[in-house]
Amino acid sequence: MRAIGIVLAGGNSSHRMKELGIRRAVAAMPIAGSYRSIDFVLSNMSNSHIQKVGVFTQYNAGSLGEHLSSSKWWDFGRKQGGLFVFTPTVTAENNYWYRGTADAIYQNLSFLRNSHEPYVVIASGDCVYKIDFNKLLEYHIDKKADITVVCKDADDISGLDRFGTVRMNEDYRIEEFEEKPVVAKSSTISCGIYVVRRRALIEMIEKCAEEDRYDFVRDVLIRFKDIKRIYGYKIRDYWRNIASVDDYYATNMDFLKPEVRNFFFKQYPDIYSKVDDLPPAKYNMGAVVHNSLIASGTIVNGTVENSVVFRETYIGNNCTIKNSIVLNDVYIGDNTHIENCIVESHGTIKPNSFFKGEDGIRIVIENNDRFVI
Amino acid sequence: MIKKEMIAMLLAGGQGSRLGVLTSKMAKPAVSFGGKYRIIDFPLSNCINSGIDTVGVLTQYQPLRLNTHIGIGIPWDLDRNIGGVTVLPPYEKSENSEWYTGTANAIYQNIDYMETYNPDYVLILSGDHIYKMDYEVMLDYHKANNAEVTIAVMPVPMEEAKRFGIMIADENGKITEFEEKPEHPRSNLASMGIYIFNWKTLKEALITMADQPALDFGKHVIPYCHKNGAPLYAYEFNGYWKDVGTLESYWQANMELIDIVPEFNLYEEYWKIYTKSDTLPPQYFSNDSVIERSIVGEGSEIYGKVYNSVIGCGVVIEKDAVVRDSIIMNETHIGSGTECNKAIIAESVTIGSGCSIGVGHEAENETSPKIYNSGLVTIGEKTDIPDGVTVGKNTVIFGHTEASDYENGRLDSGRTLVKAGDWE
Repeated sequence: MRAIGIVLAGGNSSHRMKELGIRRAVAAMPIAGSYRSIDFVLSNMSNSHIQKVGVFTQYNAGSLGEHLSSSKWWDFGRKQGGLFVFTPTVTAENNYWYRGTADAIYQNLSFLRNSHEPYVVIASGDCVYKIDFNKLLEYHIDKKADITVVCKDADDISGLDRFGTVRMNEDYRIEEFEEKPVVAKSSTISCGIYVVRRRALIEMIEKCAEEDRYDFVRDVLIRFKDIKRIYGYKIRDYWRNIASVDDYYATNMDFLKPEVRNFFFKQYPDIYSKVDDLPPAKYNMGAVVHNSLIASGTIVNGTVENSVVFRETYIGNNCTIKNSIVLNDVYIGDNTHIENCIVESHGTIKPNSFFKGEDGIRIVIENNDRFVI
Repeated sequence: MIKKEMIAMLLAGGQGSRLGVLTSKMAKPAVSFGGKYRIIDFPLSNCINSGIDTVGVLTQYQPLRLNTHIGIGIPWDLDRNIGGVTVLPPYEKSENSEWYTGTANAIYQNIDYMETYNPDYVLILSGDHIYKMDYEVMLDYHKANNAEVTIAVMPVPMEEAKRFGIMIADENGKITEFEEKPEHPRSNLASMGIYIFNWKTLKEALITMADQPALDFGKHVIPYCHKNGAPLYAYEFNGYWKDVGTLESYWQANMELIDIVPEFNLYEEYWKIYTKSDTLPPQYFSNDSVIERSIVGEGSEIYGKVYNSVIGCGVVIEKDAVVRDSIIMNETHIGSGTECNKAIIAESVTIGSGCSIGVGHEAENETSPKIYNSGLVTIGEKTDIPDGVTVGKNTVIFGHTEASDYENGRLDSGRTLVKAGDWE
């Protein structure tokens, strides 16, 4: 592959992710029982034979760092290339945090300078999708584009203010680009995935920095759109970004649909993640599981319905888990009812508890003492 | 200089013929166990959990599955710059080329491998038991006793002792005598086939005994060391240890995993069992599914009903299928409305819809009653079974079968249906 990868994973959307954002960067959010959101972009890059990938982290990177502690899960542990994690560092020239996505790239410009691949794929770490970057690059070269932006037509035109929207001409050249518009003029959204020539990127990023501009979308894409040839590459397959608690909930629930499971789990190529070596899930007497995903290491004694249960969770006798997401390593005591909730990881819920999201999804964070036999 | 205090040699070349069709295309250590594991995962995980990072795996019988499973040892963290896992098949020499003719002969043929690491101690393991054991504790015991050979033993019921190699030890654990499968056992301490040797002692014994045909640890090497006055000690182990040598014991050991608190606990945090897992996704249960007293591996999809069963990874059980008291290995597909009772169904098997498997009266198996018994149905890997057939008990099916292979749509109890020939 003639491109290197950059994954922007520093994002702090803690206000939109509510309490879930306190614990981790969005890129480390658990998805579909066994994955984290960054697994999708890393797997896509690996499957497209991108060998050298830089991950830029900043906000609450602990959980993410743990996940990325070895690059072998995505097959990046190679002599040529590798997986590099860049956190902000103080240097002789710079003592700022990453002030924006463009600044993050600027502060690590040597990563781009020292590569020899002619192209760069930039993608954020908080999207769930599957793409062949080779096809994107082919398109980019075909169109003689300076920058190509992956776009998707929104199925639902409400809530477009979470995204950047684009308007293209009949040749797919982007004429208008709005970042998080209050009233969107177009229902085609930018997926936050870009391909650009490496030298051109270095040039634009340096220019940005000279003018004290720090944001890739606002200060590169939007400012340069009339002088650079920026094209849109439309995808029709599943793509979803985790911009809010509701998005997060919906994305996980999407995996209960056979077509979504089939797309991600059965169709070539696979999505990879850190392997946890947990035993098979266990279902004891009294377990009832309907329309749910259960990850390994989990022990079920109660009822689970329309839910996604992550790894190593214990569900006590006579419990009911309904329309909920239960994250890793949660202990749920007997006779507990959980409905329309997201249960935060490593929690311990006392027996006979009752949690129900009345209007919307309720986030349950319960850290009671756990007694392990 | 390269130096490892203790290295392990894992004997994984055996066929395990009493597992019938399960081992027709793979060595016994490669057979699936407990949903997502293979038997060899247990000793390999014990090694790394005990701090042993250099393991030679001796293969001979049908090694392909073992080789692909072990690879460079990544799942067990045995991919090392120095040491790690090395697969050691028999090889051609300028003279006297031979297969591995016995357990100790296999080790003898790999003296050069062991010599590379300058070990003080060599741990000999076999790849066909299910247990968790800290070999480091055994080594401490070995050192504390100034032993030259330490043999792990476990107490067995006296009436079963005649099936094992029996050690007779004094109150300090020093072995005074031993008997191989004695008619009238004088002790109930059975050898588990796990030995720690001082490397010098082992090397000397192997070289001296090199010409012994079918050189075996229990029959030749241990008696030789004893005769020469080397201090032999018995290390008593009281945890879970299961020989899964027969289909009945294999089925039983799997079924024990689904007890509320299993005697063999896979859910312990600090002694994980590692395996190569190709499948990551969570498992899916449909609205009509029923699941009770079972364990299920990653990526399986359950649309039917499952009771008291061990289900592997990537298994699909279609709507209205009923699986009871069965072991279903990775990537197997059970068609809709099919009923499976007390069956061992190997990997990548496809069973059509509307079949009844494991029904009817008991009858002795026509070809191998010593292997296929206990009312089990055994189905070998990659077998196809057409729609709507009825299969009795103590039966075995292997290969691509068609409706015409089943007289009146039935395979009666005790019948063997093996379609020979290579893979298509």
